[in-house]
Amino acid sequence: MLGSYITFPELLIWLPLLAGILCFFTGSEKAARSLAIAGSLVVLGVSIATLFYTDTEKHNLYNNVNYYWLKYIGNSFNIGLDGTGRILTFLTALSFPMILIGTAKASVKNAPSYFGLMLLAQAGLMGVFVAKDALLFYFFWELALIPVYFLSSKWGGERRIPVTFKFFVYTFAGSLLMLIGILYVYQHTGPRVFEDGTRVAHSFALSHFYNADLTAGEQNWLFWLFFVAFAIKMPIFPFHTWQPDTYDQSPTPVTMILSGVMVKMGLFGVMRWLIPIFPEATARFDNLVMILCIISIIYASCIAMVQDNLKKLVAYSSIAHIGLMCAALFAKNDISVQGMIIQMFNHGVNIIGLWLVVEMVERQTGIKQISKLGGIGSKAPALTFMLVVIALANIALGPLMNTFPGEFMMFSGLYQFNVWYAVAASTGIILAAIYTLNMIRKAFFGETNEATEKIKDISWNERLVLGFIVLVIFITGVYPQVLINLTKEAVAVFVGK
Amino acid sequence: MNAILFTAIWGVLMMLTGAFVKSKTAPGYMALVGISLAFAFNAMELNSGRPVFHIDAHDMLRTGSYNLTFIAIALVSTLIYFLLNGKELQKVGEHVAEYYALIFFVLCGVSLIATFNTLLILFIGIEIMSIPLYILTGSDKRNLKSIEAALKYFLMGSFSTGILLMGIAFIFGGNPNASFFLNNIQIGTGTMPVMIAVGLVFMLVALAFKVSAAPFHFWTPDVYDGAPTVFTSFMSTIVKVAGFFAFIRLFENAFGAIHGQWQNLIVFITFATLFIGNITAVFQQSVKRMLAYSSIAQAGFMMLALFALNDKAKEGIVLYAAAYSLATIGIFAVLIKMEDYTIDGFNGLAKKQPYMAFTATIFLLSLTGIPLTAGFQSKFFMLLAAVENGHHTWLVIAAVLLAAVSAYYYFKVIQAMYFKDGPAQVNNESDITPGYRFMLVLVAVLIIILGIYPEFLIGWMYY
Repeated sequence: MLGSYITFPELLIWLPLLAGILCFFTGSEKAARSLAIAGSLVVLGVSIATLFYTDTEKHNLYNNVNYYWLKYIGNSFNIGLDGTGRILTFLTALSFPMILIGTAKASVKNAPSYFGLMLLAQAGLMGVFVAKDALLFYFFWELALIPVYFLSSKWGGERRIPVTFKFFVYTFAGSLLMLIGILYVYQHTGPRVFEDGTRVAHSFALSHFYNADLTAGEQNWLFWLFFVAFAIKMPIFPFHTWQPDTYDQSPTPVTMILSGVMVKMGLFGVMRWLIPIFPEATARFDNLVMILCIISIIYASCIAMVQDNLKKLVAYSSIAHIGLMCAALFAKNDISVQGMIIQMFNHGVNIIGLWLVVEMVERQTGIKQISKLGGIGSKAPALTFMLVVIALANIALGPLMNTFPGEFMMFSGLYQFNVWYAVAASTGIILAAIYTLNMIRKAFFGETNEATEKIKDISWNERLVLGFIVLVIFITGVYPQVLINLTKEAVAVFVGK
Repeated sequence: MNAILFTAIWGVLMMLTGAFVKSKTAPGYMALVGISLAFAFNAMELNSGRPVFHIDAHDMLRTGSYNLTFIAIALVSTLIYFLLNGKELQKVGEHVAEYYALIFFVLCGVSLIATFNTLLILFIGIEIMSIPLYILTGSDKRNLKSIEAALKYFLMGSFSTGILLMGIAFIFGGNPNASFFLNNIQIGTGTMPVMIAVGLVFMLVALAFKVSAAPFHFWTPDVYDGAPTVFTSFMSTIVKVAGFFAFIRLFENAFGAIHGQWQNLIVFITFATLFIGNITAVFQQSVKRMLAYSSIAQAGFMMLALFALNDKAKEGIVLYAAAYSLATIGIFAVLIKMEDYTIDGFNGLAKKQPYMAFTATIFLLSLTGIPLTAGFQSKFFMLLAAVENGHHTWLVIAAVLLAAVSAYYYFKVIQAMYFKDGPAQVNNESDITPGYRFMLVLVAVLIIILGIYPEFLIGWMYY
């Protein structure tokens, strides 16, 4: 049945979409939550299955599908899984159950719409990672944004409406610029011949985009139309200003989606839709982009050091990490790209763990200022243990942790590209150690106060998710080869271009 | 061709009904029958390629599947408009049947300017379309704003018609064939003679006025705001897109060969329209006025079709006509039920009227151009056409950045409905019937179908 009637990428899109739509029609919070968790677990199951059907030759039918859609302008509904896409869809599939189970104790108003929108966002994200047609990619790129916009504006903090709207307008403007870029490249693609013999003058297919006939001059400005869209999403300095506020004001589960999965859309976009389409422009601008990335790293780390708001601290640390990944991607050699891909996965897992801890602290005490917290460690030892492991992993401090191999590879790749970039970027690690350990010291150790006195330790569901994250941290830290094996081919293809 | 005849005849019938039938609801039903019949005749003509009642127009009218599709869209939009606003039309004043009659006459004008092949028919069509609108604008006789708007509209409108006529005269005198027929206007491909140039600019100005493109847009906010809301809904949709259709038909068939010589004028008008429409709409507090400015902004996007003037543009303008009309008629149908027309008046509507709020959100998302809605497809086609044209890529980039600005004012309404708490009041609870809700949902579904599968509309154009 699989392969002949339905394929993996279809399942990954339609299942969350279906479950999400069903959620809207459930009556109670409990029903909606159970349905959402069940749905996301099924998606996770499918996604795990995809990890075993990776052979491009043998399992082609399982992983690729192509329907006619808007055929007369050379577009199709072409979706498929490959190395990078597989690992990112797996990250998406893995994060949603973690988020939903981890926050299962927090009650939400209007639960049916909330969980429905969550799963719709998942469907959109899946679509972005599997789309093989430019127009389709753009469709999903926008569609992933809309549910998140509604989630943040409806269930967020006090200043949620203006903050979320800023986020929306930033990303919307960016993606519209990308749309112009897509249309321009489309005009320069060769004719597309469909299986039924229809011949169309131009094509939206990814493979045609890779062979688009663009002069160096055209590439130069098209590069920026695409890059701005992706840079806003990641975000890279100077397009990052929406991010800390949005992370702060969104409900924490949504922040987890944003920082765990959605920022990867930007990196993924650069990897699939930017560098291979404009190789000459990339060669021309890679230094400039890397300098922006390094500014991101240092600037965000410095702000994180003086940040008192716990949520904003995590947000800035996320900017720094993404900056490093983007720089590694533009270094464009085997080792840096490989490191960046496994780092995308690990960063996603870790940051969701960090947010879970932040959410628990904020839900129980109602405060997010670090200076007002203290002594949580003595009241909630299990929570603190988990936090310390995840935080250390987030700094990439020491082997055995999942981020270590990734960071190591990225730095060696950067070193090959330019020694000074590697040196400058590595200050990010030192600064990360400072602000992370400082935060742990101030908030989790020391004297307890009124606010933290009544804090309870984690309950079973949080224990389950955090324990799982810690487990993943160690497994992928000790044996990163699992991730590397999945993406080796994709890296070779990418670097080869 | 049959749509012209039929709407004219039915308009007269409606007027007679007004004289003999006292009932207030009967004209509504009769209009529904009329519009459905008109649609059926038009569909038959589209299907077979031959009109049911054939009249020899001596080539003054030319029909093909392309313009018949456009007329079909205008008729369907009007049908939806009647179904959504039947109650509201009764509330405007005493003479319900006459409003319907006038709308049928407008539709006759619309059909004329969709099929014209000589400048004379264009002129007659525009007049037939405009004069009933002046009356409809002033139909709320006790309201000073309505009367003021009607007077303003009438004066400015007749002025622009005069300019149009002068333009036609210049074109007639300037071309060696001395002909009104579009395909007979011989102007070659060289630099155009002065007479032609003057005529072209005059016609451009007059038509830009009719479609409220900047800098000839000043009447629009006042007229749209002053007119009774149900008629604003009609004016800003079907009539406006018909104006565009005629605009493109004229400039493509008569002056298409020298596109390069007047393209820069269009670039200027397009940019000014987009800029003024979008930026001014941001500052509006009243949703009705905001929609008036947004209609200017949308006109700017439709101007891109005139800028590009290729196949994609021609397909796109029809798609745009459908997408824009459906969404705008829908959002006006929601607005008209509201007690308070300001944006704050929408606060908390989602709790009280979930159907209205949900469908209004889809209409607004479509107007913004979010994927999966018809609005995205139509904007996409405009951009595709403009990029394909190859010149002035900066204009396209400016257009999308201003489209991002448009998100600001459309989303303000969504924010009010969903994220703010407040006492949003509908005028009259009993007006929110299941039928009305059903129609709203139907329009929303149509918008989404067009957003996913625009081919079926484009298929009809080449039937």
